[in-house]
Amino acid sequence: MSDDTLKELGLHIEMKRPDCVLGWDVTFGELNIDVAPANIVGFVEFLKTDPNCKFTQMLDITGVDYPERAKRFDVVYHMLSMYQNQRIRLRVGVREDESLPTVTGVFPSANWYERETFDMYGIIFADHPDLRRLLTDYGFRGHPLRKDFPTTGYTEVRYDEAQKRVVYEPVSLTQEYRQFDFMSPWEGAEYILPGDEKEGAK
Amino acid sequence: MMDGSKFDDGSMDAQSGEQKIRNFNINFGPQHPAAHGVLRLVLELDGEIVERCDPHIGLLHRGTEKLMESRTYLQNLPYFDRLDYVAPMNQEHSWCLAIEKLTGTEVPYRGQLIRVLFSEIGRVLSHLLNVTTQAMDVGALTPPLWGFEEREKLMVFYERACGARMHAAYFRPGGVHQDIPDQLIDDIEEWAIEFPALLDDIDGLLTENRIFKQRNVDIGIVDAETVHAWGFTGVMARSAGLAWDLRRAQPYECYDEFEFQVPVGKNGDCYDRYLMRMEEMRQSTSIIRQSIVKLREATGDVLARGKITPPKRGEMKTSMESLIHHFKLYTEGFHVPAGEVYAAVEAPKGEFGVYLVADGSNKPYRAKISCAGYRHLQAMDHMATGHQLADVAAIIGTMDIVFGDIDR
Repeated sequence: MSDDTLKELGLHIEMKRPDCVLGWDVTFGELNIDVAPANIVGFVEFLKTDPNCKFTQMLDITGVDYPERAKRFDVVYHMLSMYQNQRIRLRVGVREDESLPTVTGVFPSANWYERETFDMYGIIFADHPDLRRLLTDYGFRGHPLRKDFPTTGYTEVRYDEAQKRVVYEPVSLTQEYRQFDFMSPWEGAEYILPGDEKEGAK
Repeated sequence: MMDGSKFDDGSMDAQSGEQKIRNFNINFGPQHPAAHGVLRLVLELDGEIVERCDPHIGLLHRGTEKLMESRTYLQNLPYFDRLDYVAPMNQEHSWCLAIEKLTGTEVPYRGQLIRVLFSEIGRVLSHLLNVTTQAMDVGALTPPLWGFEEREKLMVFYERACGARMHAAYFRPGGVHQDIPDQLIDDIEEWAIEFPALLDDIDGLLTENRIFKQRNVDIGIVDAETVHAWGFTGVMARSAGLAWDLRRAQPYECYDEFEFQVPVGKNGDCYDRYLMRMEEMRQSTSIIRQSIVKLREATGDVLARGKITPPKRGEMKTSMESLIHHFKLYTEGFHVPAGEVYAAVEAPKGEFGVYLVADGSNKPYRAKISCAGYRHLQAMDHMATGHQLADVAAIIGTMDIVFGDIDR
């Protein structure tokens, strides 16, 4: 699949639905399209039915967290067309307090992916038929894949012999969670190198 | 009441005087031998007919994607063995492809051949387990015993190539970790010549077996519409008559040089999928034999030597730069240019893809693992509704569910 075909496809999609496409590019031989959040359902339906696209399968929906951005999350949709032998990636920027319309009406397979994205990032999908947590524990709190969620989590479980049941307790580590910094000090160091303290103070 | 005039709570249906019957809810799992792992299905039954099926997953969730964000690219590779632990190397493959796509690395020909060889061994490993344990789910005990013996031999090949029977960490970005000895190539060939006879034996046990057919024919029928709506790939999609195989449609490595057939189903039921998996094993055996012929001719390096791969051991003895490079590679790791890619392989269970967002550092900013079993299990409610309770086990078996990659 060459870049030219993908560029043609990108132009075609932009021409047909200028209201949805905020921008598009072909990088690493893959077509990326930035979509406006409000129009995602109509756009996905268009991609599914348009004879030049026929992206009839929704293979993945996930989020990416960029805490420093105003639109904190990217929701990323991966679609596949078995007819055209093409793939497409849709990116939708979402603010933390925004919700996104669900695409389960168009693709039933979006159901669990949206549940997982809600579970992991706390992104609300409006009108989702069953927006429960999917992968984490029953009664879990927080959204683990957010960058500000610690890798160790907040609670740990153990079986309590006296109470004869599993109990939840705050995490207590016998050894501190260690994250070694192997980045070359000449390139990636974000701290002041030993001996450079005065240099940094200027 | 005993006379049937009242409800459980003592009230009575005023109009008919009949007793109201409630549907029965049962928990299938989390510990159930036919659930192929820790799956909890909440089933609503009307008599023995499944009315609703709500799979609860995540009991094996280990937070792989979260852990991956704080480890280097190379440290993340072994996590992929632990996803679909039935065919570990196929998962590593897709991770390597994603990194190679971002860094623009070309894998040497011999490296590609070894990858193809072990991908197909992985396919046989997975299908052997699936076909035989699915037969066990529907009542046959002998097939798994025969199948596991063959799996044992294949795992010995894994061990001889990389030192580990399951968690191989053998495919590395840029090629494979070590070259394989000629003796191993000979032994794999010997196995590939003998293996079809065992397939014939399993064939003789199951294919025309009356009980096996009664339990599988016309059960869990998949049509093309279901395939598209629920995102099925792999054997599940092909059973509905869609000839979709990533090895053919979007060839990676040197799959376009190999001759193999893609079996396609007609009826889309569990029995079709059993037949297709059997045929795929024969095709894989043929690919294995083809790759062995090519491997004997292709001598050369198995790793693209460069920034993302370690230097040769011999060079490290004499060259200071190689020693430094080796040290930096295994501490700091290599840097991957910023960008996002999706790389997919035809894993035994269907499309296994990795969505990788790199920010230019030595760790992935975000890695999303997308596996076929997740989408298949999601359609459980759609597929099992209207079937008998006993068919649930047959359908789960034929979906080829492994929890390592669904729960992540």
